[in-house]
Amino acid sequence: MKKIIAATAAVLMMGLTAPAFAGDISVEDAWARASAKMARAGAAFLTVKNTGSADKLVGAKADISKKVELHTHIKDGDVMKMRQVESIAVPANGMAMLKPGGDHVMFMGLTKQLKEGDMFPLTLVFEKAGEIKTHVKVQKAGAMGAMKGHMKH
Amino acid sequence: MTEENKPGSAPGTITKAAVVITALAVIIFIGWSQFRHADTDTHRVVETRTPVKISIGGPFTLTHHNGSRVSDTDYLGRFMLIFFGYTYCPDVCPTELSTIAEAMELLGPEKAKQVQPLFISVDPPRDTPEVMANYVVQFHPSIVGLTGTEDEIAQLAKSFRAYYARAEGTEGDDDYAVDHSATTYLMGPDGQFETTFSYGTSPEDMAAALEKFIDSRS
Repeated sequence: MKKIIAATAAVLMMGLTAPAFAGDISVEDAWARASAKMARAGAAFLTVKNTGSADKLVGAKADISKKVELHTHIKDGDVMKMRQVESIAVPANGMAMLKPGGDHVMFMGLTKQLKEGDMFPLTLVFEKAGEIKTHVKVQKAGAMGAMKGHMKH
Repeated sequence: MTEENKPGSAPGTITKAAVVITALAVIIFIGWSQFRHADTDTHRVVETRTPVKISIGGPFTLTHHNGSRVSDTDYLGRFMLIFFGYTYCPDVCPTELSTIAEAMELLGPEKAKQVQPLFISVDPPRDTPEVMANYVVQFHPSIVGLTGTEDEIAQLAKSFRAYYARAEGTEGDDDYAVDHSATTYLMGPDGQFETTFSYGTSPEDMAAALEKFIDSRS
């Protein structure tokens, strides 16, 4: 019985890490950085691929924080300004990359600590494609990319 | 100044006086507005290529993340690698701190001992020493978090010409973001400004530059 449970769990885990689809839109490699014990804000990064007509990411939902918003960074000289955005464009037959230093999903008022190795569900809301659920993999605090802790620049 | 004495017009002393007074008023106004801006302009952003004449950095006494008070003089003899940020920052600060952490690793233990990374909070109300301690430990054991009173931080940031300000429209919010310069500053073992690393500098480039500075001092 234990083996069956383990096998089912393994298959489910594999399913969880696979890209999430809804029509033309797919979401891949969603990841976040581990948060400090008392941290109240976090960010998730991911790639949206679009094989259809232009769409927009207009929101996100998650259980790990009080508020979930879409944010970007504006570089003004040497000053980094983070601002909320209403939407992130996903061009037709193109992609939108939410990555460090740029657009990201912002979690405000974290209700739990994000620990390296954790995974948590995230729902992305698209103007046309509707809701797409994915899972966010928590990397270490200094991570720069989805897969590895250290990425070559 | 030549004066034309046209029949029927009389420029006269009053007009001349009016012109001179207006000119003086304009000059005084310009002088005053420049002066007014000169020392409240803490928000001017400094380009990375700073002419040598502008002085960057200054003395400070702040609170270490372990609760004790430290001064810039405590770090004389080592390079100070200074970055202004805050723990509520979800992206820019972790990125820069991880770059600094990786650069420290690349330096190797001997040379890394000569460098002291300092993460200085631009958000003293939320960044207490305890919060700072929990934060810096995630990146590298050598990184020291410094916080203090709003005045202490404002003074220090001003001496570095580092900009920071609470994002507009977030008054009354608990979740406010703080805009801030994302430049990293390198001070020499004598406490004098050496150079800056702009945000986006790779750990490899930072380590290579640090090594050059370290080697040239030994």
